Formats: sequence, structure tokens, C-alpha cells
Amino acid sequence: MAEHSALFEGLRAYRLIAGMWVRSSMTYRTSFVVTAFGNLTMTGMDFVGILLMFSQVDSLGGWSLPEVAFLYGLSVTAFGIADLALGSMDVLGARMRDGSFDTLLVRPAPVLAQVGADRFALRRLGRITQGAVVLGWALVSVDVDWSVPKALLVPVMVGSGAAIFSAVFVAGAAFQIFAQDAAEVQNAFTYGGTTLLQYPPAVFGRDLVRGVTFVLPLAFVNWVPAAYVLGRPYPVGLPHWAAFASPLVAVVCVALAGLAWRTGLRSYRSTGS
Amino acid sequence: MTGMDSGFIELDGVEKVFDVRRKTGFMRRELRQVRAVDSISFRVERGEMVGYIGPNGAGKSTTIKMLTGILTPSAGRLRVAGIDPSRERIRLAHRIGVVFGQRTTLWWDLPLVDSYRLMHRMYRIPDARYRENLGRLVELLDLGDLLDVPVRQLSLGQRMRGDIAAALLHDPEVLYLDEPTIGLDVVSKAKVREFLRELNAERGTTVLLTTHDLQDIEQLCKRVMVIDHGRLMYDGPLAGLHEAGESERTLVVDLERELPPIEAPEPARVVRVDGPRQWLAFPAAQSAAPLVARIAAEYPLVDLSVREPDIEAVIAKMYAEQAERAAS
Repeated sequence: MAEHSALFEGLRAYRLIAGMWVRSSMTYRTSFVVTAFGNLTMTGMDFVGILLMFSQVDSLGGWSLPEVAFLYGLSVTAFGIADLALGSMDVLGARMRDGSFDTLLVRPAPVLAQVGADRFALRRLGRITQGAVVLGWALVSVDVDWSVPKALLVPVMVGSGAAIFSAVFVAGAAFQIFAQDAAEVQNAFTYGGTTLLQYPPAVFGRDLVRGVTFVLPLAFVNWVPAAYVLGRPYPVGLPHWAAFASPLVAVVCVALAGLAWRTGLRSYRSTGS
Repeated sequence: MTGMDSGFIELDGVEKVFDVRRKTGFMRRELRQVRAVDSISFRVERGEMVGYIGPNGAGKSTTIKMLTGILTPSAGRLRVAGIDPSRERIRLAHRIGVVFGQRTTLWWDLPLVDSYRLMHRMYRIPDARYRENLGRLVELLDLGDLLDVPVRQLSLGQRMRGDIAAALLHDPEVLYLDEPTIGLDVVSKAKVREFLRELNAERGTTVLLTTHDLQDIEQLCKRVMVIDHGRLMYDGPLAGLHEAGESERTLVVDLERELPPIEAPEPARVVRVDGPRQWLAFPAAQSAAPLVARIAAEYPLVDLSVREPDIEAVIAKMYAEQAERAAS
């Protein structure tokens, strides 16, 4: 049997399992259509809230509506991609409690890929669609002198942001190995994080902004690079090049999350709990 | 390659110690170590069919989890087909099949055959081999009419057969079964047992099964291992287990009317009387025929049945005797 890299094997297993979940959800076609539509509407309500706010005020922390929409679109699109890819990792704790996690460990595929693909659901495309629509509107509406670096930063932000949120999902899953009922803690960081990033940093306290810059670096999903694109001051006194640091931050987050996952899995296999 | 003299499954002083944290106060935790598997050694040759039994919490599942690479042993040496399961989990996975009796690995909402197609691709089973194996398993396990049925609509017995097929599509050299007949009706049990016997005889698949049902062992396994409190209490033929545990079978006799206790030849004796029904205990190793003949000749017999010894009772008795021997 040919030896393949763990990454190749992982992606292959992910594709196979995700495909099975898609087919499973298609056996209830009506339910799929309804939940997909519901998903799109529900996530859209967030933005309706922001629109309502702007019907009363002209700016939020000094940011105009198109500028806030820019933050919103970036945050929701990046999070939506991570949520589509790994959004069901919060069922891991339940799988450990009922013992079905063990059945994944006897399969010839990386466990992380199997857990990541668990309950894969195409209805989550709703969030990405909605985020992309708002981002598209923001891009044509913001008052920006577009340059090549600024234009390039937009896809870089979406990609790096998706990777950073994915890392948070994986780290949360690793944490669930130790605390099997901690799914809500994970949700606080993922869903909570994306909501936070939909608003300008100026509306939050300094300590919170520092926390999401240096501790859990969600600020690199959009706040820091978007501040450069929009020509606004950085949330905390960061150097000029920090706007281009998102991919690097993403790589570090993914590496740390991978390490946390390995530690968690090793601990599970040595303690069984 | 493993040497000729080494077993297919080898355990040498294998231990598994769990740290159990118990809450003793608001922030205080007491750390206690639980030895789930305590220095177990055995070897199973290729093609053997072995029953692995013991009470709940004895360490059966922990042993199976170490053999399948789910758990890492705390100490000792463990090899399956020459592979260290905890270090080469994925390589091992291609060579073993696992059936968890109470946990299906089939896809609930999809037709049964879809789960098999996933196995086909996940295990990279060559197309011709997959078709051949699927055809054979469908025939032997009587799955022909079920392939297009969503798994959620299958009965427990059908699902178990489906799960067994799923575990064998990639031609594993060893099959682990955890309670393969639990909850099944008599017909399904018989089908599963017959299939396992054929699998073992014709394809030489090594089979290790845990069970609570002594009939599984009686009809399938020449060899049985008993584990209790993490230790291997017995390893040998089933008949020897009855001797070791001095287990008894029970003859239930229905007479025409209420009568005083039957005067049975030693060592058989009446243990219970309830109206016209009487219960007689006799050594499990002994044939019931002479006893039945004698009663039929001397008493107005309506009906009778023989009850096999309960595995838990056999083990409990064996355990009590060991403790007694240790004390004296």
C-alpha cells in the first residue's frame, strides 16, 4: 500500500465522510431546504440589526455604515468558511460520552479529519453567502483609494480569518477532550468572536481589544488589516506592517491548535477519558 | 515478519492504569489510580477463536481497546500481527475488523450499501476484491434484500449482521467482537454464530469475542479466557472452566402434580420446589441423560428443560474459591 502524507489522507477522509453527511441530509430534502433558507435568514438578521442602528446614528465609534459592513462581511465570510468546514466539532464531547468516538479510532484515517467532517452540513453555505453579499456591497460603497496591496489584502483577510477561526474550532475540540461538557465554552469563542468582529474596535474597552489582539488574535481576521485598507488608526498601537501579518498569525494559530489536538488525543488514548 | 514461534496476538505483562479524579470539596480533587488491566499476558495463534469473558468492569473492554489501538497501555508489551497498536494505529486498522455490539458504525439515514461503499473507499479495497467480498458476505449473512434499505429501518439482528459485514469487507486477519449477540432473538443469534464459525473455519480469520452469553462460547470457542479485577483468572478450554468453577447446570422438571422433592442420585439434588415444578442442580460437566431417564422412569413427567450455568455465577464462584485458597 502506498504511503501518503497525513495531510493528503486527512483531506481524503474528510471528503469521503463529508459526502456521506451531505447524502444523509439529502434524504430529508424538504428539511434541508427549510434549514438552509432559515440559516440564511437568521444570519442575515445580524446585519439587519446593524442597519437599524444606523437608521438612528450616522456613525458607530467613528465608522460609517459601509465601513462597518466591510468589517461585518469579512468577519462573517471568514467565520462562515471555518463553520462550514469544522463547525460541528462541538459534538465531540457528546461522542466521547456515548463512546462513539472510539469507533473513529479504529478507522484507517486521521481522527481530526473524521471529527472535523462530523455532521458536515451544506446549509452552512447560507452564512458564507450572506457574508459575501454584505462584503460585496461594502467593497463598492466604502470610500477607499484602492491600491494593489489594499485589494490583495481582501482575499488574504478572508483566507487568514477562516484559518484563524478554524484553529479556534480545533483548539476548542481539544479542550473538550479534557472537559467533555465544554462545547458552550468553545461556542463563546467562535460565535462570540465573530459577533465581536462585526463592530469597530473603537466601541469596545481597551483591555478587550488587547485581549483579542495579543492573546486570542482574532483582531487579525479583520480589525487590523481593515484599519489599513480604510486608512484608520490600528486598534492598539501596532506597527505599520501588522496589517500584513494575518497569514503569519494564522499559521501560528493553526500550528498551536494542531499541537493542542495532538496533546488532547494522546491524553485520551492514555487515560480513556 | 513475525517469527514462527510467536503468536498472532501477543500480550506480555500488559497493564492499564487510569487516574480517577474524585471531587472531595469545592476545589479539591482526590487522585486515585485504578488498575483496569493488571499485568495480563497471553498469546493467540493465527486462526484461533477465543472467548474473552468476565463481569462488567473486569477490564474486558479496556483490553480490547488496547488491542485495537484506541488506548495506549501503561506498561507491558503488546503486538497484533507484529504491529504495536498504539504506535501504528492506522497501519493496524487495515488488518483488523471491530464490531461494537451496542454501537453501530453504519450510516443511519442511508441505505446499507452506502456504508459499504464508504468502507470500500476508506480502506482502499481493490474493486474486484470489494465486489467479491460484498457478494460473499451478502450471501452468508443474508443481506440481499437489505442493501437498499436505510439502516434506521433495520431490526437489531439485521443491523448486527450489517455491522459484521462492514467490519469484514477489507479482509481483516483478526476480528474483534464486543457482545455480538446482545439483544438478538434466537434466530438472529444462530445466524451470527453460524457465520462466525464459517468465517473462522474457511478463511482462517482469528476471532476474539467478549460476551455475556455462555452459549456463544460453547458453540464457537474452543478456548476461553476469563478476566476479573483486571487479572487473567483462567485461560483454557471451556470444559476446564466448568471444572475450575465447579459450575452446575439446572434441570427444570414439570410433574403432573405437586410431589415431595425428587430423590435424585448423587451429586444431583433438588434446590427448589414450586408446586408441580422442581429444580435440580447437577455438575455442568456431567451428561443430563441418565438423570432425565431416571426421573422419567420413576415420576409422572410432563415437561423438562436444562438451563446452562450463568457465566457470571461461574466466575463469581471461581473467584470466591481463589480468595479462599489464598486465605488458607
